[in-house]
Amino acid sequence: MNKVMLIAGKELRSYLTSPMAYIITCIFLLISGVFFVLYLTATKYADTSIQGFIEPLSVFGLSNIGNVFLPLFASILTMRLLSEEKKIGTWELLLTSPVKDTEVILGKFLGSLGILVCMLVLTMYFPLMLAIFGQPDMGPIWTSYLGLFLIGSSALAVGTFTSSITTNQIIAAVVSGGILFALWFVGMVSNVLPTAIANVFSYISLSSHFSNFSVGIIDTKDIIYYLSVTALFLYAAIRSLETSRWN
Amino acid sequence: MIKVRNLTKYYGERLAVDNISFDVGKGEIVGLLGPNAAGKTTTMRILTGFLTPTRGDTWIADCNMVTNSLEGRKHIGYMPESVPLYTDMTVREYLAFFGRLRGLDAKRTNHRINDVIGLCNLEEYVDSIIGKLSKGFRQRVGLAQAIIHEPEVLILDEPTVGIDPLQVSQTRTLIKELGKEHTILLSTHILPEVSATCGRVIIINRGRIIAQDSIENLSAIVKGARRLRIEVKGPHDQITKRLQRIDGVKKVSREGNYLIVESPIQIDPRSQVTEIIVKSGWTLLSIETVEMSLEDIFLQLTAKDKEESDSE
Ligand SMILES: Nc1ncnc2c1ncn2[C@@H]1O[C@H](COP(=O)(O)OP(=O)(O)OP(=O)(O)O)[C@@H](O)[C@H]1O
Ligand SMILES: [Mg+2]
Repeated sequence: MNKVMLIAGKELRSYLTSPMAYIITCIFLLISGVFFVLYLTATKYADTSIQGFIEPLSVFGLSNIGNVFLPLFASILTMRLLSEEKKIGTWELLLTSPVKDTEVILGKFLGSLGILVCMLVLTMYFPLMLAIFGQPDMGPIWTSYLGLFLIGSSALAVGTFTSSITTNQIIAAVVSGGILFALWFVGMVSNVLPTAIANVFSYISLSSHFSNFSVGIIDTKDIIYYLSVTALFLYAAIRSLETSRWN
Repeated sequence: MIKVRNLTKYYGERLAVDNISFDVGKGEIVGLLGPNAAGKTTTMRILTGFLTPTRGDTWIADCNMVTNSLEGRKHIGYMPESVPLYTDMTVREYLAFFGRLRGLDAKRTNHRINDVIGLCNLEEYVDSIIGKLSKGFRQRVGLAQAIIHEPEVLILDEPTVGIDPLQVSQTRTLIKELGKEHTILLSTHILPEVSATCGRVIIINRGRIIAQDSIENLSAIVKGARRLRIEVKGPHDQITKRLQRIDGVKKVSREGNYLIVESPIQIDPRSQVTEIIVKSGWTLLSIETVEMSLEDIFLQLTAKDKEESDSE
């Protein structure tokens, strides 16, 4: 566990010393800010009372853009996670140190998760503003954050995996973007499909599991879904690391 | 300390290491010598647990690196060929990371950083960003990283490549110094390196060991031939012709101002050589037996190996 934290710390540190994480965070804050304002003004026209601002579903727009943009940002955040080490060769030092493959992957993943948490914390001035100027229903806000955290960690796990299979960051980002888009897209098309298929599609879709969170409902099914996706892809990353020894 | 048995590694179809076995005892400095693509790096990567062999076993400090690699890795310090570094870290951060990763506690890590910084002459750069260091200093950081956790076994893949002659000799001195406390396996394709640092050499070519022995013994084995180096005043062409007629002399060649006379080891043509030269009225300035250089040994061995495998 010590070594996991050591690697995570190193990773976090390297995020904080390179411009990438800052750029991503800025863009993320910018986009969510714009949506926040848009939602706020839209609901204002719908209902002029202060409480009316806080139509749960809109939770300052963050939840909606969150489940669309967050995976995208996750792909970019994780693309260098392992591919870079493979490319510059420090990989060789990591894998010949007395550290389990699982510890390497978990450390890397947690490092990127740290950045995600920072990003989410930074958006908390939206609900803070709402709380100052109105009486928002905090329930859906917190569950939205939980949902964002879960969907984000799933996306980071996918990115950790794709970063482990290549030395090329761009390929890593494109492949994880592709996987995440596919997982998101099946949710979109499930509406227009026959029920049997639609049910399967909407079960495997990243976005359909998010809707409960954004209206304040915590369903263990959704939590289990996101945790399984995270675990599955981290496991795949560990396996890919093991097979790299076999070359 | 290091034990290798029947090690074979295929990369897909390509055979990189072909059934090699060797041992490195505690406190030895052994050179793994071979031309490009001989399989040196592959062998070291297997020894360090970075790669799994196709067949065969390796042991580091009695830990089987195939079945118990995690334990074995604790005893290894490794400097890969490319000297990989986190270029955005300072030297201190880099060393601290690997110290901790290899199980030192924070206090011990700091202590060790000071030690290795001194050993590797990095005092001036300890708080510099690694990306800004010159190649030679990066090499030293790589070496410092390998010894930070005081491993029993050091595996150094071409430790002096790409650094200037002065630093090369400093690095060799350092390696010898380290050899007092560590068991070292280093690879190189530079011959003087082996004679300068190693007590023993393992020569590999195309994945196979073609010779392994102490450097002195190795020269004796391959020698089979006696080489005389003669400095003589007179018409070299004529002298060469005369000397070639001596019974048993295989070859007379020029090497700068000297003539080299080669003969089988059982024949000593010295007296005849002196006699001929003096009788012909030339002046003999010096005559001496010369050792075969490692370079000669190497060329001879690899040529022999090639002939054998070509005739197969
Ligand atoms: N990852 C790899 N995939 C496929 N083939 C490889 C790989 N690494 C090495 N090889 C091949 O294995 C053989 C041995 O390579 P290796 O790197 O071990 O040689 P070397 O002795 O270290 O050479 P050099 O002195 O150039 O460093 C070469 O033919 C090489 O092309
Ligand atoms: Mg090599």
